[in-house]
Amino acid sequence: MDVITEIEREQIISLLREGKRLDGRGFDDVRPVSVTQDRITKAEGSAEARLGKTRVLAGVKIQVGKPFPDTPDEGVVITSSELFPIASPTFELGPPGEQAIELARVVDRGIRHSNAISRSDLCIKAGAFVYLVLVDLYILADHGNLIDVASIAAVSALMKTKLPQVKITDEGEAEVLETTTSLKMGPPPLTVTFGKIGDSIFVDPNLAEERVLEARISIAIDGDDTIAAIQKWGATPFSRQEVTDCIERASKIVKKLRKQLPKG
Amino acid sequence: MVNKMSEKKAEAEQPLIDAKGRRADGRKLDELRPIKLQVGNLSRADGSAYIEHGRNKIVAAVYGPRELHPRHLAQSDRVLLRVIYRMATFSVSDRKRPAPSRREHEISMVLRQALEPMLFLKMYPRAVIDVFIMVLEADGGSRCASVTAASLALADAGIPMRGLVAGVAAGKIDGKVVLDLSDIEDKIGDADVPLAMAPDRGEITLLQMDGKLTPAEFSEALRMGEEGIHQIQEMQRAVLLEKYAQIREKIGEDKDAPKEMEEKPEEEPKVTKKRIKRAKTEKKDAKPKTTKKSKSSKTKDEGSETKE
Amino acid sequence: MSIHFEQQDIVVPGQLLAEGDFRNGDGAYKEQEKVFASVIGVAKMKGKTVYVVPLKGQYIPKVRDIIIGNVVEVTLNGWLLDFHSPYPAMLPVMHALSRRDAVHAKENLRRYYDIGETVVAEIIAADRTRDPLVTTLGRGLGKVRGGMLLTIIPTRVPRLIGRKGSMINMLKSDLQIDIVVGQNGIVWVKGNPKRMKIATEAIRQIEREAHTSGLTDRVRDFINQKLAELNGE
Repeated sequence: MDVITEIEREQIISLLREGKRLDGRGFDDVRPVSVTQDRITKAEGSAEARLGKTRVLAGVKIQVGKPFPDTPDEGVVITSSELFPIASPTFELGPPGEQAIELARVVDRGIRHSNAISRSDLCIKAGAFVYLVLVDLYILADHGNLIDVASIAAVSALMKTKLPQVKITDEGEAEVLETTTSLKMGPPPLTVTFGKIGDSIFVDPNLAEERVLEARISIAIDGDDTIAAIQKWGATPFSRQEVTDCIERASKIVKKLRKQLPKG
Repeated sequence: MVNKMSEKKAEAEQPLIDAKGRRADGRKLDELRPIKLQVGNLSRADGSAYIEHGRNKIVAAVYGPRELHPRHLAQSDRVLLRVIYRMATFSVSDRKRPAPSRREHEISMVLRQALEPMLFLKMYPRAVIDVFIMVLEADGGSRCASVTAASLALADAGIPMRGLVAGVAAGKIDGKVVLDLSDIEDKIGDADVPLAMAPDRGEITLLQMDGKLTPAEFSEALRMGEEGIHQIQEMQRAVLLEKYAQIREKIGEDKDAPKEMEEKPEEEPKVTKKRIKRAKTEKKDAKPKTTKKSKSSKTKDEGSETKE
Repeated sequence: MSIHFEQQDIVVPGQLLAEGDFRNGDGAYKEQEKVFASVIGVAKMKGKTVYVVPLKGQYIPKVRDIIIGNVVEVTLNGWLLDFHSPYPAMLPVMHALSRRDAVHAKENLRRYYDIGETVVAEIIAADRTRDPLVTTLGRGLGKVRGGMLLTIIPTRVPRLIGRKGSMINMLKSDLQIDIVVGQNGIVWVKGNPKRMKIATEAIRQIEREAHTSGLTDRVRDFINQKLAELNGE
């Protein structure tokens, strides 16, 4: 039973009205961030990201497969996630639910529409073989704002990803070799999420704030400061002004965040 | 689609034990791989543990005893123990499909049965204890390492138990019985005997085998496994103690203010039992039971001031 | 007869504590002539009884305990409270309202206690085979409003309360705030925000160091230091 108490709700709301937050942060302050890359040797790339106490582990597996018919010379990057109950007493077993699917898709769109990875670099033989880059997200501890932490974990894992080299045999088969090359990657997209409670809009909601949220907006800012993806969640609307403000704030926050994250 | 990203063929051809009796990773026949244990590593779980055993990296989370939903699963005279073992998609060489496999279902079951005999199930009728195990990276013996981690996580959750259980596999490679099979030894060896025990009690709680062994070899594998489990159990105890001793050490022994430590070993029970209880409660800082009354009245008083 | 631990030793499940003519108390069990620890905790002996004060564990309801719970469901004849225990608590109308109110109550129970509201209650029946029964009729019982809620490990509550309430009374009087401690580990604090913050930190310290010596003095020092900082501002 995950009912937020009135006492907690009132406490959070009355603090926000004074421009304060439960954990003492300002509205544009992200919790302390850290990344450990290469956590998993059997993955072709991996990273654990922490934002405050929230922890997400991302692992990348590479497969060789057929391209989609409409993009014969492009590889594929797919992100999936599972909310296995090690991370929270409220996660339930079973196939991925709404929250897990939204999480994966928002992170996925941020990466997909970014310039960081060139799809054509992932082509082995046009129309025949391309790399499938499969990013899987596992949550280790949910203390709020899974989307941003997952996005940091995913791009940090991709930065370290090794692609096995592939030889096309005389029979036209793809043979996977022992040797690898690094996945080429430019400055990655990073996602920044704002929560909305009443008139207050603040970045990186923690677990307590998340339970009171009326709405949130996640904005993926690409390496060149363009917007790569947006997701609005919640049945409470945003004004146009609020959205443009968020984008401006997100861009500044991402600039600071980049300095604290691994470069490769 | 061609996907040959699996084990290298070459590995199958090299011997698993060299002329000097050393294994491919340099171990002796009865030597464990390096093991690293942590407790309390998952912040949202009631109890948790992390194990690195060889290249296995496994986390275990415990919740409960807690309310069971749906309620029709509740057992009226005992707690329900649920154990789920899962592997991350990237934990193995070829990406595992995300949905649970038959193997994961079976291992979940044997792990439950490996842990259950240690618990006092009747203490919490109708409730549930959940154990979730996630293999982040798999090596040989992941189910055995899972037992070690899960048992620690149960202890870390404060769930009463008869004792800890630990696991390790023994087996046979190149015709010799060895302890703690690695991935490659498991895959191309002659036999694998996953084992979990409460070693002090001499109780085997998990036992499987596949391959081919003579009864004598099997006995030897069992003996070796038990020896290894003794060693792992010592590590389990050490890591549990360490977690709580650390806090004590950091603070150190206060010489100036040891009021709460004044309590000395119980004097001889010449007086009636009730008297002793009283005397003791007065001496030390509140301990559960004996001070309940004073606590209740306190909290009540406090409540009255603040109640609307 | 032999004893295998020193008073106040931290012990782990399965650890042999004593052999021979001893009894096992909470946190310990006996097999043949041996007493073992069943939980991680601090081992103690009182007379012939060997017991372990647990350092972790869920709250198990006991009659006469004061608990703090949150209303999660309003039923036809009462309320269901979540109080961080394996079982939800049942608060029936007859144990929550005066007889006069109870007559009218059926029309709308949410007027009295609504979902999400926090209640201080006393356990009046608990045997684990049924959901525990609680009452809010009594001094200091009933709804609490405002302030903040903290959750601590339930096994450390006795230390937060202290001998005869010494610890909690010190917190309340030194910081001049209201505090209600539920035996289930939920703590309600209300007062000046800066003082509440000090209280929160002090409570966290008590929780963390519950099994150490000299705690009362360390907490007092901490509070005095923080209050001095506050006054210096």
